Amino acid sequence: MSEPNSDCPCKKAALAKEASATAPSASSGSSRRDLLLKIGAGLNIIAAALVGVPLVGYALSSFARASTNSWISLGPIAEFPEGQTRLATYRNPQSKQWDGDTAEVPCWVRRVDTESFQVFAINCTHLGCPVRWFQESRLFMCPCHGGAFYEDGSHASGPPPRGLFQYKYKVESGELKVLGGHLPNLSEPLKKGDV
Amino acid sequence: MLKSIALWLEDRLHIVKLFESTAGHKVPPSTNSWFYVFGSGTLVCFVLQIVTGTLLAFVYVPSGSEAWTSLQYLNNQVFLGWFLRAMHNWGSIFMVAIMSAHLIQTFLFGAYKYPRELTWVSGCVLFLCTLGMAFTGQILRFDQDAYWGLGIGASIMGRVPFIGAQLVHLMLAGSVIAGETLSRFFSLHVFIVPGTIIALLSLHLRLVLAKGINEYPKPGAVVKKESYEAEYEEMIRKTGVPFVPNVIGKDLIFSALVMMAIVTCALFLGPQGPSGPPDPRLIHTAPAPDFYFLPIYTALALLPAYMETFLLLVLPVILLAVLILLPFYSGTGEKSYRRRPFAVVIVMLALLTAGLLAYLGTFAPWSPHMEAWRHAPTPIAELKGRTPLQLQGAILIQSKQCRNCHSLGGEGGLRGPALDTVATRLTSDQLIRQVIQGSGNMPAYGKNLRPAEVTALVEFMETLRPSYQPAAMDPSRR
Repeated sequence: MSEPNSDCPCKKAALAKEASATAPSASSGSSRRDLLLKIGAGLNIIAAALVGVPLVGYALSSFARASTNSWISLGPIAEFPEGQTRLATYRNPQSKQWDGDTAEVPCWVRRVDTESFQVFAINCTHLGCPVRWFQESRLFMCPCHGGAFYEDGSHASGPPPRGLFQYKYKVESGELKVLGGHLPNLSEPLKKGDV
Repeated sequence: MLKSIALWLEDRLHIVKLFESTAGHKVPPSTNSWFYVFGSGTLVCFVLQIVTGTLLAFVYVPSGSEAWTSLQYLNNQVFLGWFLRAMHNWGSIFMVAIMSAHLIQTFLFGAYKYPRELTWVSGCVLFLCTLGMAFTGQILRFDQDAYWGLGIGASIMGRVPFIGAQLVHLMLAGSVIAGETLSRFFSLHVFIVPGTIIALLSLHLRLVLAKGINEYPKPGAVVKKESYEAEYEEMIRKTGVPFVPNVIGKDLIFSALVMMAIVTCALFLGPQGPSGPPDPRLIHTAPAPDFYFLPIYTALALLPAYMETFLLLVLPVILLAVLILLPFYSGTGEKSYRRRPFAVVIVMLALLTAGLLAYLGTFAPWSPHMEAWRHAPTPIAELKGRTPLQLQGAILIQSKQCRNCHSLGGEGGLRGPALDTVATRLTSDQLIRQVIQGSGNMPAYGKNLRPAEVTALVEFMETLRPSYQPAAMDPSRR
């Protein structure tokens, strides 16, 4: 181990002695040096803030979650027969050109009767895997950890902590519209302001 | 002529001095051991990952709409593209495995004790960064598993109290999984995490040089803060040998074997994926994580629901604190694993737990077999000599998708108990109640079955027992 020897305490002490010996003889130079050092450090703190604040703001901008959901059509209500549950998809309203297939969001539409619907998010409330509808047993089953939901979306079995997430919907001029555009999760089943 | 060039270079670069303080530094001769090869093995994997990763970035397109196609192009059209992908994948598996061995070795050999606390801490963070690389790398393979893996990550973030929604947004770079999410993970996988690893690795190696490598511990040689460093210096001065060339031989052999193993695996087992395209409309998929995260995947399926948020958000913090702070509450004393039975038991328990959970994760007995109701045949023995009503029940067991969770003749889901001997366990009254009301993990089918269907179903299930075992009986009605 040659390196630890090179900065052994004895050498450091010698250097310190040398520094203190030269200091008094050049006291005016020293105060000038201190001033320059302080100005230099101060300027760099300001510069770091000027550089850093916008950088951090840029990097964390998505933390503020400014986007809002909007009404999207799932198609004419005639496509959803009464008493049945069908897969529908909508295009994410905030999609970019380079999103590819990920912009297409699937959801389950259950037409309860002529007027009332239930639109479920595809994501299991446990960990977000896509649930599948089984018409014969009238259950939604999740492939990941074995969660199951009844046809009205309520929890039937397995680890999910609640029933399926539901979209707000409305029927407008014969079209079924949902308020969509975000991945529902336990913190945010619906977007704030989606009422 | 050559000599004068060498001398000129030495004069300008001080190579001899550099060598003496780095590769040629003195180490205890006891470290010339096969147990000390895992650190350099991990380093070799990391360098290989950087090289193969950089080359893959020649072709890979980190765009939501193009990434999957560019991986197909790499697999099928680029010269040796499949091999590079395979090397990168197997390199990551080997890196995690060898790094785990390194962690276990340094733990069992007490290498984390005084004065090497920071070597341990930086090593633990390096381990986390490597797992971070494994997760982000899985996302860059932008396929179905990656898409739903992101959904799982977002769901976990969504469980964080107070700032869950914001964390989901930060992770996904928006409200949904989309192109920007991939760009974010590309930056993490290619710049941020590798940059952190290189910085920490420099610190880690610098600390190995500054504080010396841990000697092979002798049982009974106790670490004391007052005397350890002087003793170590003394040992190095008396018996120390230069790492190069005296000790590096075993590291070289191990590194070469690791590289050969990676090449062999890549050659014969090939690259992983991509599986189906990242189209959320293709819901007929069963997302599963890469093998490193299988234990967590299993734990999330098997733990009771009330423990989940604790397991996801609190337990990792506690475990990490226990691991990282280890040298600060157990920094002195016995180093040898021969005198630390508790340490050995902890390692064995940790490996057993992780191994068992990962094994269960490979076949996920908790997941319904989504296609069993259509594809799993009914054993002929269970149909012979049955009444029409019982046969009607046999059909209902298929058509009502019972087989997705219940197996018959070894085929079907493992979520619920196998039905082969159900008649020995439940009476007809109990069967009716179970079908209609459900219980435990079984949904209630009361609304979905007409009374006649329940009767047929139960009639059939009452025949499901071996001839040598009696049917279940209600003692009160005997």
